[in-house]
Amino acid sequence: MKYGVIVFPGSNCDTDCFYAIKNELNEKVEYIWHAETSLPKDLDVIIVPGGFSYGDYLRAGAIAKFAKIMPEIIKFAGKGGYVIGVCNGFQILTEVGLLPGALLHNDSQKFICKEVNLKVISTASKFTSNYKKDTLLTIPIAHGEGRYYIDANGLESLKDNDQIAFQYVDKKGIVSKESNPNGSLNNIAGVFNKKKNVLGMMPHPERCNYSHKDSLKLFSIN
Amino acid sequence: MIEITAEIIKGHGLSVDEYEGIKKLIKREPNITELGMFSVLWSEHCSYKNSKIQLKKFPTTGKHVLLGPGENAGIVDIGDGLAVSFKIESHNHPSAIEPYQGAATGAGGIIRDIFSMGARPVACLDSLRFGDIKKDKKSRHLFEYVVKGIGDYGNCVGIPTVAGEVYFEDSYQDNCLVNAMCVGVVQSTDKIISPLYGPIVKGIAKGEGNLVLYVGASTGRDGIHGATFASVELSDKSTEKKSSVQVGDPFQEKLLVEACLEILKTDCVIGMGDMGAAGLTSSLSEMATRGGHGVEIEISLVPRREEKMTPYEILLSESQERMVVIIEKGKENTAFEIFKKWGLHAVVIGKVTNDNMFRVLENGKVVAEVPATALTDDVPQYERPANKPKYLSDVNTLNLNNIKDITPINANKVLADLIAEPNIASKKWVYEQYDHMVQTGTVIPPGKGDAAVIDIKDTNKRLAVKTDGNGRYVYLNPLVGGKIAVAEAARNVACTGANPIAMTNCLNFGNPEKPESFWQFKQAVEGMAEACKVLDTPVISGNVSLYNESENGSIYPTPVVGILGLFDRKVEPMTFSFKNSGDLIYLVGSETLNEIGGSQYLKTIHGLIKGDAPEINLQTEYSLQQKTIKSIKNKWVNSVHDVSDGGLAVALIECLSFTGKGADVNVNSKEGLRNDCLLFGETQSRIVFSVDRNNQEKFEELFSGLSISCIGTVSNSNKLQMSINNEIFIDADVEILTRAYDTAIINIMKEV
Repeated sequence: MKYGVIVFPGSNCDTDCFYAIKNELNEKVEYIWHAETSLPKDLDVIIVPGGFSYGDYLRAGAIAKFAKIMPEIIKFAGKGGYVIGVCNGFQILTEVGLLPGALLHNDSQKFICKEVNLKVISTASKFTSNYKKDTLLTIPIAHGEGRYYIDANGLESLKDNDQIAFQYVDKKGIVSKESNPNGSLNNIAGVFNKKKNVLGMMPHPERCNYSHKDSLKLFSIN
Repeated sequence: MIEITAEIIKGHGLSVDEYEGIKKLIKREPNITELGMFSVLWSEHCSYKNSKIQLKKFPTTGKHVLLGPGENAGIVDIGDGLAVSFKIESHNHPSAIEPYQGAATGAGGIIRDIFSMGARPVACLDSLRFGDIKKDKKSRHLFEYVVKGIGDYGNCVGIPTVAGEVYFEDSYQDNCLVNAMCVGVVQSTDKIISPLYGPIVKGIAKGEGNLVLYVGASTGRDGIHGATFASVELSDKSTEKKSSVQVGDPFQEKLLVEACLEILKTDCVIGMGDMGAAGLTSSLSEMATRGGHGVEIEISLVPRREEKMTPYEILLSESQERMVVIIEKGKENTAFEIFKKWGLHAVVIGKVTNDNMFRVLENGKVVAEVPATALTDDVPQYERPANKPKYLSDVNTLNLNNIKDITPINANKVLADLIAEPNIASKKWVYEQYDHMVQTGTVIPPGKGDAAVIDIKDTNKRLAVKTDGNGRYVYLNPLVGGKIAVAEAARNVACTGANPIAMTNCLNFGNPEKPESFWQFKQAVEGMAEACKVLDTPVISGNVSLYNESENGSIYPTPVVGILGLFDRKVEPMTFSFKNSGDLIYLVGSETLNEIGGSQYLKTIHGLIKGDAPEINLQTEYSLQQKTIKSIKNKWVNSVHDVSDGGLAVALIECLSFTGKGADVNVNSKEGLRNDCLLFGETQSRIVFSVDRNNQEKFEELFSGLSISCIGTVSNSNKLQMSINNEIFIDADVEILTRAYDTAIINIMKEV
């Protein structure tokens, strides 16, 4: 497997993703600078990492949309290439339209950094096929704009197409208001595109390098 | 031409004698621009003119020290070609006036100090003090926005904020304290360890003809006279000084971090410095002095964001996210290329000269010209008069006979009250707003151990970091309080298993021109210096923040200590939670004394801030710390937690929180020892351990020279039962207390 980690000005989880792939998954990985106009050859997975691309001015991910590398990522995904956006990466993928919905300010209006519990809802993607449905994962979040939102039709469509990847749940796996850290619609923590080759999620699997290593398997498409 | 009048001199915070001194140094009257330059460089904030003589008492050398105080930040060697640079700095007055930007730019400034040494920032810590958030709305407001400001800045730059402390006391109501610390990793030799870390670079300008490169944000009128502002007392009129508060842009800072570390991998850099307090003036004059050269700049080349700025304003602006890089002549294109890649504005504004002058031209015409050393080194040093404050004779008298002791009837209630006290309660509301996990090195995050523990990528290095500083103790006894500040920070680091190797400090005090304030300062420094020597933690950097006063008086004298600990990688870092039921619980260190002076118990339950600070024997402290580190290294202990605010009972609840476990404890009390001192007293140099029975013998032998008592066992019950001489005092549901501990601050802050 060969991974590419996109680096925008302001990315700050790029090295974390790089080291997770290199040291934890023991796979090949390289950085891809945002101003490049082509992707490295034989790439299997693109990671759009967390951080504050372009300072997240205007709106999280809004400026990254216009990065020179972006059309290449869209082309790559269009051809069935695997793309995973984490945190700011998720925000960017919704901005460019690779994923449905949008990420709004947390309902607390505060940045939140803590461990949460996730439930794997759909295993229909290579990213989650390593898990059984309803598997519980413990995984950190760290964001100010992570409240997932989509209109009613969009939500129906997500459900119909099995596009909801994860929901925030309590320790027992129950979807509840208390276990929803940011006010996301239906406790949604991550979604796929229809073809299931693009995943966006607010929690950070690359941060599971000490404990809860189960969550690192998300990066694996074997 | 503006004529320099007595009023203008006074308005610049300079005394008549100081002005005469300036005239002597430059052999003429300064013009207004030069006066402005002297004003900021000769302020306490930049010059340490009132404190330098005292600061010389600190030990600043040792086997780990590569670079002591004097640069942007000090550096310690951690072996294998690696070193750590760290420093703490205050941003008190700006935060009191404009909490969000004040705190944010405080974080930004200290981060720049670290990467301008070539070090990659790997952790931030924050030590905060506010008024009573339970009763004061303004204090809640300051707390809310200071935390948000620090979070928004550090989170964006991608540096984990891993530790710190917060205290709430009335004395900080008008003058909150915001001390930010940053820790960075740098290569100690030319050998490349990892692409992540650069070589050490110093803040120097040398080599005639080399170029002065200005990098980063453009210069505006924000923050003019910030350094002078930091060196006066706060008053009602201070809000008029809002223009002295700078505005931060963390994205620009992130770009500067990456670009500056990248440029250091090339061979074009001679020196690097950030424009912090006193902006261009201080960075260039200090770099010239350190390099033994002069600097000449053309002011019209400085990028500006506002129109019609005068040289005075440009030289004194404290606009954020600006760096000065001295580039070897002929290699400027390498620099331009890297800064362009990162989208940063970089422009040559001048050159290094060999005449030791700091010369400023405007369109070719000299507008300021003074010897660089006159600005940086020739400031007068003051040994201010010091008198023991009168308040001490009043507050130090505490007759214990007049304080009603705890009984089995009220012990539970007292514990519940203390647990929910914001000074003791969980600081989750704070640290969950900080990204404390980015960089994926946080082994022990906030809320799990006595200090934070972080791993350094691409190396086998592991560090522990913590800040501490109990102002109440220093208020009651500056000498002893100063010792305790150092001891407690070092103890917290040792409780994770790391060896404390060096420290930084931020000395927050009142007006040094008042003899009573200055006495506190002198005494505290003496106490700290002694502790540094005994505990072998030399001072490598620091900051002095004086004039922390308002119309309502001075803050508690508050030295904040930041300690760096180094792990032997074979050592598993230790948390404070009890792990296994059946483990024995030990209280080890100093014998518990009849001490409740200055304790949280005395304040919360009896409404008194009186008595003397707890005693501390530094030799006992050192021995306890070293043995603790050994016990963790040998895996003889399952949890380690120091006894501090709220005493033994509170420490036990913290050990039990979120473990689902309980504890059965019985303390044998000596005759004459009060119950409240046993349960809630804050006698220093005490640590609670939990130990597997199989290790009991080895553990007891290790600590045999110290006071050691097995006080109970960890149980499965989720109850804390605590007896004194077999009489039950506390019988508490841990889950209820933990919930109160966990949510106390969250609930208070809902009322903003």
